[in-house]
Amino acid sequence: MGYAIETENLSKEFPSGFLNLKKKTSLEGLSMQVENGEVFGFIGPNGAGKSTTIKLLMGLIFPTAGTARILGKPVSDTAMHRDVGYLPEQPYFYDYLTAAEVLDYFARIHDLKVGDRQERVQKMLKKVGLETAGKIQLRKYSKGMLQRVGVAQAILHDPKLVILDEPMSGLDPLGRREVRDIILELKREGKTVMFSTHILSDAEMLCDRIGVIVGGKLRGVGAPGQIVDIKARGMEILFEMKGSSSAPLLKNAMQTGDRYRLHVEENELYPAIEQLRGAGARILSLSQVKETLEDFFLHLVATDRAQAAAVEVSEK
Amino acid sequence: MKRIWIVALNTFREAVRDRVLYSMVFFAFLMMAAAVVVGQISIGIEDVVIVSLGLSAISVIGLLIAVFIGVGLVSKEMDKRTLYALLAKPVKRWEFLLGKFGGLLVTLAMNTLAMAAGLFLAMLYVKHSLHAADLVVLVAVYFIWLKLALVVALALLFSCYTTPLLSILFTAGLYVVGLYVLELRDMPLDAMKPGTAAFVKAFSYLLPNFQNYDVMALAAHGRVVPGSLILSNTLYTIVYCTIVLSVAAVVFSRRNLK
Repeated sequence: MGYAIETENLSKEFPSGFLNLKKKTSLEGLSMQVENGEVFGFIGPNGAGKSTTIKLLMGLIFPTAGTARILGKPVSDTAMHRDVGYLPEQPYFYDYLTAAEVLDYFARIHDLKVGDRQERVQKMLKKVGLETAGKIQLRKYSKGMLQRVGVAQAILHDPKLVILDEPMSGLDPLGRREVRDIILELKREGKTVMFSTHILSDAEMLCDRIGVIVGGKLRGVGAPGQIVDIKARGMEILFEMKGSSSAPLLKNAMQTGDRYRLHVEENELYPAIEQLRGAGARILSLSQVKETLEDFFLHLVATDRAQAAAVEVSEK
Repeated sequence: MKRIWIVALNTFREAVRDRVLYSMVFFAFLMMAAAVVVGQISIGIEDVVIVSLGLSAISVIGLLIAVFIGVGLVSKEMDKRTLYALLAKPVKRWEFLLGKFGGLLVTLAMNTLAMAAGLFLAMLYVKHSLHAADLVVLVAVYFIWLKLALVVALALLFSCYTTPLLSILFTAGLYVVGLYVLELRDMPLDAMKPGTAAFVKAFSYLLPNFQNYDVMALAAHGRVVPGSLILSNTLYTIVYCTIVLSVAAVVFSRRNLK
């Protein structure tokens, strides 16, 4: 079976400047595949091209070049939307409707039968924690509540592929946790999930693979561990010590009350532990310090900005 | 077809829950009440005054609703981004457009009928009875509704490719020009160069003809509106709306939603 999402050399330019005579490239030659049944994170800073890609996939905007297929069908085929759920970035719905009415409206569009429709609507409201607010008009909803409605309408018709544009945006910690649980549940059900985010911990926690996009270009695709080539950057020792000591390592440790946090290279770990125990310290924990996705991400953004600045200088 | 109906129903529901609409209809009833007062001081021509003022009120309020809500049908959905979630469902863009058009048409039909009922009540109050000849007022109301359908189609077309303000200006401008289209056709073209004359003639037929819908004078005097005019106006509206909506669908199907 083919890919859930497949793009080839997908590019998008928007007219810009006075009289729209200039072109601004938002996406450049994107070629990638999302496997069936995986959770794929699309990460990048604001303006990197994440939403542009998703809108191209959803047929909301049209590519300047390249092609995209969803579940084997070209994105121009409206029928592919039957099996796809989509949460727009900062979603907004008809504010004169209640959450239950909006979901019922979309369920009708998806051709769900009357009985199924009511059952699905109630189930979705419960799933996103809006069962008590279902009869309130959306004009009275907070941003976080609208985001929950957005998630509910995206999964209402039990789609095979769910595409979420910044699903955690505007949510409180509880809401974020609920959305994370929904994504994991969708994965357990065998659905494919693609979501964009700039919250890297979410991507690290949820994704089988991630794609990093910066400045409209895909900079890498792979498992979070692979893509950042995670290396241990040393070890962290957390220990407790009462009173003073002349152990030389203590100079490098960060102290909070009786507790100390000490960063050492991996090959210095055991001598350090011995020295600390000799000084009367009680070791509380040892942990490996790794390069994070965030480090990788910030490095890419910095490189991209430096390149852009260099081009600007050479053009002058 | 089913999806068009679902979108239309939602558009109607939006209009029904919009307080602005009620205030407009209330204003129309106020104008009819004023017509009763004016009619009472217009000795001998009460009927004419009431029908003329009543139909004018229905037409003006209908036009305001058609232009302002018509322009907002697409642009509001794009500005608020309510369209994104909908068009990511199995809905074709032309189905969305037709649904919006149909929804506003149903809304306008309900409003126009409600205001027409108000007008008949006003007529009954002044004349103490209604006659078969008064049914011509219903034909005039039907023509107003046809005219509004054409206005909504034009508003929808303009809002598919330009800003709401420009859409309002273009729609209102075309409506005003359409009121004088027969004068344009009757212009002495002999003084013009043959090419220019042919262009003016052809252009006058491209413009929407809103003059044909005006039977207010006939209705006010209780005269019969010819059946051929009812048929031709109905067909003209269907054909013109189909063309305008087809162009709107082509324009909208190529539009990037930012």
